[in-house]
Order: sequence, then structure tokens, then C-alpha cells
Amino acid sequence: MKITGAEALLRSLENEGVDILFGIPGGVLLPVYEALYGHKKIRHILMRHEQCAAHAADGYARATGKVGVCLATSGPGATNLVTGIANAYMDSIPMVAITGQVATPVIGTDAFQEADITGITLPIVKHSYLVKDVRDLPRVIKEAFYIASTGRPGPVLIDIPKDVAMAEIDYKYPETVDLPGYKPTIKGHPKQVKQAAQTIIASRRPLIYCGGGVVGADASSDLQALAELAQIPVTTTLLGIGSIPGDHKLNLGMLGMHGTWYANRAISETDLIIALGVRFDDRVTGKLAEFAPGIKVIHADIDPAEIGKNVPAKIPIVGDAKAVIRALTDEVKKLAEKDGIDRKPWLAQIDKWRKAHPLAYRKDDDILRPQYVVEQISALSAGKDTILTTGVGQNQMWAAQYFNARRPRTFISSGGLGTMGFGLPSAIGAQFGKADSTVWDIDGDGSFQMVSQDLATAVINRLPINIAILNNGFLGMVRQWQELFHGHKYSHSCLMQDYTCPPACSSPTEDCPRYRPDFVKLAEAYGAKGVRVTKPAEVAPAIKAAIKDPAVVLIDFIVNREEKVFPMVAPGAAITEMLEAEME
Amino acid sequence: MKHTLSVLVENKAGVLARVAGLFSRRGFNIDSLAVGPTEDPALSRMTIVVDAEEHSLEQVTKQLHKLINVIKISDLDPRNSVGRELLLIKVKASADNRAEIIEIADIFRSNIVDVSRASLTLEVTGTADKLAAIEDLLRPYGITELARTGKIALSRGAKEE
Repeated sequence: MKITGAEALLRSLENEGVDILFGIPGGVLLPVYEALYGHKKIRHILMRHEQCAAHAADGYARATGKVGVCLATSGPGATNLVTGIANAYMDSIPMVAITGQVATPVIGTDAFQEADITGITLPIVKHSYLVKDVRDLPRVIKEAFYIASTGRPGPVLIDIPKDVAMAEIDYKYPETVDLPGYKPTIKGHPKQVKQAAQTIIASRRPLIYCGGGVVGADASSDLQALAELAQIPVTTTLLGIGSIPGDHKLNLGMLGMHGTWYANRAISETDLIIALGVRFDDRVTGKLAEFAPGIKVIHADIDPAEIGKNVPAKIPIVGDAKAVIRALTDEVKKLAEKDGIDRKPWLAQIDKWRKAHPLAYRKDDDILRPQYVVEQISALSAGKDTILTTGVGQNQMWAAQYFNARRPRTFISSGGLGTMGFGLPSAIGAQFGKADSTVWDIDGDGSFQMVSQDLATAVINRLPINIAILNNGFLGMVRQWQELFHGHKYSHSCLMQDYTCPPACSSPTEDCPRYRPDFVKLAEAYGAKGVRVTKPAEVAPAIKAAIKDPAVVLIDFIVNREEKVFPMVAPGAAITEMLEAEME
Repeated sequence: MKHTLSVLVENKAGVLARVAGLFSRRGFNIDSLAVGPTEDPALSRMTIVVDAEEHSLEQVTKQLHKLINVIKISDLDPRNSVGRELLLIKVKASADNRAEIIEIADIFRSNIVDVSRASLTLEVTGTADKLAAIEDLLRPYGITELARTGKIALSRGAKEE
């Protein structure tokens, strides 16, 4: 029996186990939406902006490990996906983005709502397809899901012209893929693994530096086993948060620009960096020339292009984090039985650093500080299944520093691209993926305003999401940089600023408007619950109430406006040169 | 240092854009790029000449490998490969100097592919050095137009490298 391309698309998605799509319809997608009408197996979530559709698919993928799927029409629908696709690309998130395209006869004629989306997204996709013949469609979808989810994961875009969606085929879904140019290496080379294990045993001050690759490969328990067996402390990147419990005694927390003092110190004093599923990003290394000078590096990654890209590796291992860590653990176990492992002096040294330079903020007054809010959310979530998503900027860094992520896939944040507005839509995606978890979006007032329209999506779908806006009325991280590195020239980083303000304003006054917008009213306008918190004593009760409440609850925490994120490595400085919090 | 990369790719729409885009995005310069079909209609061969140090050459090769449509990449060793380029060059030629130009063309074993009252067009094949030499010799007569294909190359011997 013949079916249309649109029906074949949905059948193929079903074959890939897809049960949820995040999208918005439009002209050329109408055949697909016609096929979706009343569909029994695939749920479609109508978003309020295509960027949010992409971020929701991204959040869904991060929370579940499955491929996230988003859908947008041609032209502006497709271009609105671009930020979300770039975000998934930078953080290696498995995603399939499906776009409608104008009909094949008019492609290239500047037709209504035509945009060359495969061309536009070329540098930000793992791969892409423009399907010109309906008979290719099932194969393309099979390949797209395979490419997105294997090797180093990433977004794959499928552009489907309207006439292709309407054309008919005899549907048959392929069982296998044939991609002669795509053969990811999974198993690490045994010789390299053996050599790495020997080096680990011989080292006195080893340090594991792990990231998104470990989370993506679902290798967290394997990582913990290796760390515990060989008594190696662990520091994680932003995307690696949760790969080892936040309160694990071997966990030093995040490293890099806003990493802990002791993690940054440890990576400078270690004699062996065991880098697992990381890419030595500039926010991690600081000034590259002064990063880990003379320190031996074992670098394992599934993407050979990441090895040696920024930092030379003494022992490179290409492979999937789970397979490599398991092989490494086996080898280390064999050697440890023979030689034994003693890391006491090294771990004692790290403990000393940890005690001397803990993460800290002022607690000696009655001012509401954002760090306290995150700490409370973390404490009140203990023992519960909680997923945290974040905006980008100060809110994100405080969340990274003060939230105790106990399991992988529970800290969801935009790392590589640093996309403001990621918090709410990724929370929506995560909540759809993990219905039983409590999902918190810790956000900034700046970040949140980039996507606030999708409060509608959260409310309409009765998602019990909680939103904690750490509201300082600033683009806080921009202002922090202006204060520290741009001579206090607070150019356009105040969200309260209006036409009556002097062109050069250095500090807000009592007369400044406090709520711009009024987030409580905004929440109410969408049918969510809005709560305002201005004092430390109100924090815990508000959080507790929100966790219990099955509605979308937005808490507008009016926090100390001038609070800064510390420690901080200045841009371009060595990672050992840290600015610490002012405690008085 | 100059390297000649021989890149076997799937013969599909958009592959050239992916390869060229990767070079520009990652900040690598292409000296020349020539592309055409191979003995297998499903495959094309791109011959890309890049000027790169060892580290960036390694990076560009690894990044190229990540493109799904790229099947094989060889960095051709100049001692173990043959490379050629085709040049078409239009030179002003009058009755007085036409014979001289034809003599130069003969020395370079090139063909005259077009003649008019005021010009000659030569077809020359060879290495970049050879093409530069004939261009240099013809310049005094007045070069009005010139086109080069970019290098194509294959490894020596019976087996593909």
C-alpha cells in the first residue's frame, strides 16, 4: 500500500522509538501536521517559539539519553531553530531537527518562506539532508538517527520539501545503515589502555578531569569505580557535573574560570591529567600556554579531532568513554593487586586546599544572596529525584557551584555555546522525558526574558516545573566583567534602565523601578503561580511549597544586585590566578 | 609546508560546500582545490593543496574525516606521487612575434588551442613550477587571460596508497 512522505516520516520516527516531537506548524509542514492529526503513538508538543522547540528537544535528550526531535516550518521557522541546533552541536547532544522546505520545483527561486537551511546550518550540524526524492526518506531518517546518536553525538538536520511530504511511496524501513565514510571507534586501543594504566599506577598525584563525554556515554558508575579503585580525585567540566555525586569525597567540583579554588590548584599540581570525554575548552584551561605546564596527559575521547587539538596528549586513546574507562579499570585492577596504590599524601594535600579555600559567600547579614537560594534548593531536594536546568551567566555558575547533583543527567546547562534562554525550554523537555522528577529551572532575569513566552507551553501541559529566577535586574555576568575588567563602565547591562536614566549610570538608586517586568504578574498571566521572595527567611518555605505544588511555580528571588561569581579566573589569565570572594 | 591531500568523497550534492566550508570555518587556507569523478561513479576525488604546519594539517585531516561524506584521505608524498595541473593562457600575438611564442610553446610541449589575428591560446600541463616558468616567459608578450585547474594527483605504483 502506498503512503505519503509525511506518513512515511511518522512511521520512520515510530520505528526509531520516537514518541514525542517539539514543534510549531507552518505552510509547507501542513502535510506532516495532517498526518500527525490524532496520531496515537507520537505526541506533538506545540511550543511558542522554534528556538524553544530545539532547546526542549535538547533538554529531553540530556535528561533521557534518547535522541530529541524538533520540527519547524521552512524559512523563519527553520532559522529560529538555528541557535538551538548550534547549542546541541557545541555540547554534542543527539538531536534530529526536521524542517519543512518549499516544494522542489521552486527551491532556489526565493519562494515565500524559503531559506537554504541546510546551507545555513552547515557549520553547526553533525550532518544534514535535503530530501529531494520521497523514496530516500526512510533511509535518510534511519541514517539521521544513527549518526545523531552514535560516535560523538550531535544534531542532524533533515529538510523535507512540501511536495516530497505529499508524494507517495511503498513504505519499507531499512534495517541497517550503509555509511562508508562513518565508522566511529568505540573500543580504545588495548596497547594505549595498558600504557595509560601503567602511567596511572606510577603517578603519585593523578587527577581525573571528565566532562560531557562521560555523561553522554552513561559511564558515570564506571568513572566512580575507577576513581575509587585507584583513589584518584575527580574534577568535572560544567557538562560533567553529575558524572560523580556532588558530595563524593573524591569530587573536587568544577574546574576552570569559575571552578573551585582547589580543583584549579589540583590540575596545576597534578603529575598526571586523566582527561575523559573533555575537550580542554578555553573556559577550562585559562591561558593555554600556562595550563598544566609539563604535566603528562592521558586523553580519551570518542572524537579523534579533540585529542591534541588544544593540549598535547602523551597517551591518546580514541574510544567511547564507557568502553575506555572499563578497560582502564580492568588494567589498573590487575596492576594494583600487584603493586598497591597509596594516594594518602596527595588526597591529604587536596583536603588542605579544600579547607583553606572553600566555595564561599557572605552569610553574616540579612541580604538575600543567590548562592543561598541555590544551596537551599539543593538541600531541600536531597533524597528526591531532581533535575536542574539553568540559564546562562551568573545564575548558571551559582547553580554549578552550589547545587549538589547526585546523579548524571540531573544538571542540564548550555556549555559550549552559552545560550541565554536555555533554562525554561530545556526544563520543559526534561520534564517530558522524566515525568517523575522534580524539575527546577534556575534562571537569570535576563536569560528568562529571552524565552518567557514558553511559560504557556509549561502551563498548558500541566508540567510541575519550578522556576527560580535569581533576579538582580542586571545582565549580571556582563556587569561583573564590566566591573572587573572594563573600568566600571556599565554599558547596557542594567535591565531597569529606561529613557530617563543618565547615559552613564554607575549604580542604581532607590528610585529605580524594581520589577521590570513584574515576573509574578507575568507568571499569573500565563496561568502559572507567581511568588516573590525578598528575604532569606522566605526562601526555604517558598521552595518547599513549590516542590509540593503540581502547578508551574515561578519564584522571583529579588537577590543582592551586585553579587559576583567567585572564584574567578580573569579572561586570558592562567588558571592558578584566581580572584576570590570578598568576605567583608 | 605545502601538502597535497587526496580526498575520496561520496559523489553527492553539497559535499564540496561541506569540505570548503570546513576549511574556512576552521581557519585553514586552501591553495587549490580540484574535484572530479573517479572510476567509480558513486565517488569523487578532491585534490586539495594546503599550506599548513604539521599540527594544523593533522587537525584539518581529522576534521575532514568527521564529515560523513568523506571516505578516505591521503596526504600524498611528493616523492611517491604524480601531480599535474592544466593551464590555459591567452597571449597577445602579432605577425611579428607569433613564431617566437609558438617556439616557447613547443619547448613546454604545450598545444595551441586557439588562434586569432591578435592572440594565441596555449594549453599547458605540468607541475606548478613548469606552469610558473611558461607564464613568466610569456608575460612580456602580454597575457590577456589565464585560467588554471588546480593540481590533481595520484600516488605512484599499482596500488592505491
